[in-house]
Amino acid sequence: MMGSENLDSEEAHMYASREEMENLVLDEPSNNNNGTKSFSDYRSAMSSLADTHHPLSSPMAAPADSDPLLTPPPFRDFRNPNVATDNSSYIEPPSYSDVIFSPFDENAVNEINGVDSPGRSSDSSGFLSKSTSSSSDYVKITVSNPQKEQETSNSLVPGGNTYVTYLITTRTNIPGHNGSEFSVRRRFKDVVTLSDRLAESYRGFFIPPRPDKNVVESQVMQKQEFVEQRRVALEKYLRRLAGHPVIRKSDELKVFLQVQGKLPLPTSTDVASRMLDGAVKLPKQLFGESVAVAPHEVVQPAKGARDLLRIFKELKQSMANDWGGSKPPVVEEDKEFLKKKERMHDLEQQLSNASQQAESLVKGQQDMGETMGELGLAFIKLTKFENEEAIFNSQRARAADMKNVATAAVKASRFYRELNAQTVKHLDTLHEYLGLMLSVHGAFSDRSSALLTVQTLISELSSLHLRAEKLEAASSKIFGGDRSRIRKIEELKETIRVTEDAKHVATGEYERIKENNRSELERLGRERRADFLNMLKGFVLNQVGYAEKIANVWAKVAEETSAYTREST
Amino acid sequence: MITVQRSSSGSSHSPRSSSSQPYLSISVTEPVKLGNGVQAYISYRVITKTNFPEYQGPEKIVIRRYSDFVWLRDRLFEKYKGVFIPPLPEKSTVEKFRFSAEFIELRRQALDIFVNRIASHHELQQSEDLRTFLQADEETMERLRSQETGIFKKKPADLMQIFKEMQTRVSDVVLGKEKPVEESNPEYEKLKNYIFELENHLSEAQKHAYRLVKRHKELGQSLSDFGKAAKLLGACEGHALGKAFSDLGTKSETLSVRLQKEAHQLLMNFEEPLKDYVRAVQSIKATIAERANAFRHQCELAETIKLKEINLDKLMLTRSDKVGEAELEYKELKAESEEATRRFENIVRVMNEEIVRFQDQKTQDMGIAFHQFAKGQSRLANNIADAWRSLLPKLEACLS
Repeated sequence: MMGSENLDSEEAHMYASREEMENLVLDEPSNNNNGTKSFSDYRSAMSSLADTHHPLSSPMAAPADSDPLLTPPPFRDFRNPNVATDNSSYIEPPSYSDVIFSPFDENAVNEINGVDSPGRSSDSSGFLSKSTSSSSDYVKITVSNPQKEQETSNSLVPGGNTYVTYLITTRTNIPGHNGSEFSVRRRFKDVVTLSDRLAESYRGFFIPPRPDKNVVESQVMQKQEFVEQRRVALEKYLRRLAGHPVIRKSDELKVFLQVQGKLPLPTSTDVASRMLDGAVKLPKQLFGESVAVAPHEVVQPAKGARDLLRIFKELKQSMANDWGGSKPPVVEEDKEFLKKKERMHDLEQQLSNASQQAESLVKGQQDMGETMGELGLAFIKLTKFENEEAIFNSQRARAADMKNVATAAVKASRFYRELNAQTVKHLDTLHEYLGLMLSVHGAFSDRSSALLTVQTLISELSSLHLRAEKLEAASSKIFGGDRSRIRKIEELKETIRVTEDAKHVATGEYERIKENNRSELERLGRERRADFLNMLKGFVLNQVGYAEKIANVWAKVAEETSAYTREST
Repeated sequence: MITVQRSSSGSSHSPRSSSSQPYLSISVTEPVKLGNGVQAYISYRVITKTNFPEYQGPEKIVIRRYSDFVWLRDRLFEKYKGVFIPPLPEKSTVEKFRFSAEFIELRRQALDIFVNRIASHHELQQSEDLRTFLQADEETMERLRSQETGIFKKKPADLMQIFKEMQTRVSDVVLGKEKPVEESNPEYEKLKNYIFELENHLSEAQKHAYRLVKRHKELGQSLSDFGKAAKLLGACEGHALGKAFSDLGTKSETLSVRLQKEAHQLLMNFEEPLKDYVRAVQSIKATIAERANAFRHQCELAETIKLKEINLDKLMLTRSDKVGEAELEYKELKAESEEATRRFENIVRVMNEEIVRFQDQKTQDMGIAFHQFAKGQSRLANNIADAWRSLLPKLEACLS
C-alpha cells in the first residue's frame, strides 16, 4: 500500500472513500424516531471512514520519485510520538499535544489498526459508562468471524435459506461465569430474541437499543459490506449491554454469551404462539364470561391477540383518561418526573441537532484535508517538471520553494485527516447518547403502559363492585334467596378477589418501574455529564494538538521563504 | 503598487534634472460602479507619480475602465513584438452583473499589478501608448479605445497585407505545401513544449488552490453551525456541562469568522498569484504565435525572392525590356525581406532576454505567494490552537 501506489489509484481511492462517506452521511433524520436509522448509517459511514484512513495516512508518493523527503514515514505510533522515523525531515517537535494525548487516543489508534487493546478494560462499551464500572470488573466482548450456515430443517426452498452466524467471544473476570473466556456462535435472530426478552424482564430500564433488522433482499444479506456493518453493530450492542450495571448481570445475557448450541431463550414466535391460546380465550371473553386478568399476566403489557380483551379495556381507559371524563384513579402525579420527561425530549432534539452539525464539521475537516493533499500533489508534479526542464537557476530556486510548500501541504493534509479520525471518535459520543434516547423512550412507555394497566384494573374493580352491589340488592328482595343470583354473586366475588390481586401486582409492577425510571435517569444524567465533559475535553485537546502540528509545518515554510518579503519592498 | 526604477539595459543612470532617482509609480484605486444593467461597468482612479521628463508632471490622475487597459495591452502587443506583455485579468462577463466585492477587489489588484509591471519593464516603460494611457483625458481615451476594436478598424494598408498573407497561405495549401513553416531550432522547440506543459501544471495547481479557498469557507460555515448547536445543547444541559458546551460553541463561532477571513486572504494572496502565473504563460503563448508569424513571413519572402531572382536572370538573358521593372521589384522585395528578417531576429533576441526576466520574475512572485500562504496557514493554525486551548483550564476544572 505504502509507496508503491501510483498517484491515480491513490487519488481514486481518496475520491472513492469520500463518495462512500457522502452517500452514507447525507441521510438525515426527519424526526426523532428515525434517529436510529440515520444514526446507524452514520455510524457505519464513520467506521468505514476511520478504516479507510489507514491506507491513506501514507502520503502520495510521486511515481518513480526517489526523493527521500517524499517517501512516506511509517504510521505514527502515538505512544511514542517522538520516535525518530527514517524520514529525517519529519521530526516531531515536542508540544503540548504530545504531552496530553490521553491513552484514550492510543486505543483509538489501535482500533484503526484493528488491534485489540487490552487496556480498555472498563471501557467495554466504548465511550459510555466510564463511570459505571467498578474498579476491577471486566467484561470484554468481541464479535468476529462471520460464517454462512444452512438452515437444516423446515427448508421450504430446497437448498435455500442460508444465514450468517457470528463468533461471540467474551473475556471476563466476573465470578459466576464459567471461566474467564468463552465463545459461542449466534445468528442475528438470536440477538433479536435476546433483546425482546430483556425488554420484558427489565421494564423501566434504559436498555440499549439493538441493531436494526434491516429488511433487505437475501442477496444483500450475503454481501461482505453488509455482514461487516452488522458485525460492528452487534459488537457495539453487546458491549453496551455489558456496560449497563444491571443488565450485565442478567441471566438472559449470561445465557446468550455462554450456552453453546441453540439459544435457550423463548423466541418471540414462541410467545406469539400463545396467540393460539388467545384465539381460544377470545370467544369466552367476547361472550362476557368474566375472565379475570390473571395476576401473573399484568406484569406484561397487553399485547398480541391473546390479550385482546385486555387491550380493549385498556384502550377504553386511556380514552377516558384523555377525555378527562372521570378523573383516573391514579395519575402520573410525579411532577418531577414530568419535568424530567420534558427535559429528555428537549435533550433529544438538541442532541439530534448537534449530531448533525458534528457530521458536517467532520465533512468540512475531511474536505480540507483532501484538497490540501491534492494541492500538495499538484505542486510536487510542478516541482518535478521544473527541475527536469530547468535551464535557469531561477527555475531551480522556484522548484525548491515549491517543494517545501508541497511537502508542507502533504503533511498538513495528513494531519487534517488524522485530526478528523480522532474528531469522529470523540463526537461519536453525541451519536451514542442520541441512540440511547430510544431506550429512554422505551423505559418511559413501559411506565405509561404499566400505569394504564393499573388504571384499567381500578376501573374494572369499581364496575365489578357496582355489579355485585346491584346483584345483592336485587337478591335481598327475594325471600329465601335467589339461588342463581347467589351463585352469580359468589362468582363475582371470586372475580373481584382475583382482580384485586391483579391490581396489587400491577401496582407493585408500576411502582417498580417508576423506581427503575428514577434510578436510570439519575444514572444517565451522571454518566452523560461525565461522558460529555470527557468528549469536550478530548475534542478540544485533539484540535489543539493538531493545530499546533500544522502550525509548525507551515511556520517552517514561512521561515524558508522569508527572504522574498525582504526583497520585494 | 510598486515603485520602479527606470533602467536602460546595461548603462548607468544618466543625470536627470531632479536630484532624486527616476521613478514611475502607479496606483489603480477606488473602483466605482457606473451605469446600469447591461451597460454597467467599473471605473478606476489611476494615479501616476513620476519624475520622468516625458511626462506632463509629477502627478496625474485619470479615470479609466477595463477596456482602456485592454487597449493598452493590445497596443503594446502590436508594437513590442517579442516582449512578454503582462497579462490582464479575465474579461468575465458573467460576474460583471454580480459585481461582488471580492471580484472588484481582485480585478483592481490585478490591474494595478498590470500597469506597474509595464512601468518596470525597461522597454515598455518608454512606450508612448503608456503615456497616453496614464495621462490622456477621458474623451481622448474613449476615442482611441473605440478605434482599436477588431479587424475592421485596421488601416487599409494593413488590410491589404493581411489579404496578401491569406492568399499566399491558401495557394500554399493548394500547391501542396501543407505544413506551415516552422523554425528548426531545438532549443526553441524545448521552450515551446515547456511553456505548453507549464500551463497545464499551473492550471491544475490553481484549480486546487481555488478549491482550498472554498474549503476554508465551508469549514468556517460548519464550525459556525456546530457552535450554534453546541450552545443550544448547553442551554439544555445546564450547570457546569452547559457552560462548557456554551463556551465551546462561542469559540467555534469565533473560529468560523477567522476561517472566513483566511479564505479571503488565501484568495487574494495565493490563488490570485497562481492565476496570474497562468495568464502570464498564456501571454507568452501569444508571443510565440507572433514569432511564428514573423518567421513564416520571413520564409515566404525568402521564397518569393528566390523566384524573382530566377525570373530576373531569365529576363536579363533574353534582354527583355521588362528588366528594369523587374529589377526595381526585386530591390523592393529585397528590402522587405531584410526588414522581415530583422524583425524576426529582433523577436528572437528580445524573447531570449524576456525568458530570463520571466523566470526571475516568477520565482520572485511565487516566492512571495508561497511565503504569504505559509504565513497565513501558520497564523490560522496558531489562532485555532490558542482558541481551543483557552477552553482547557475550565474543562480540566470540571472534570477534577
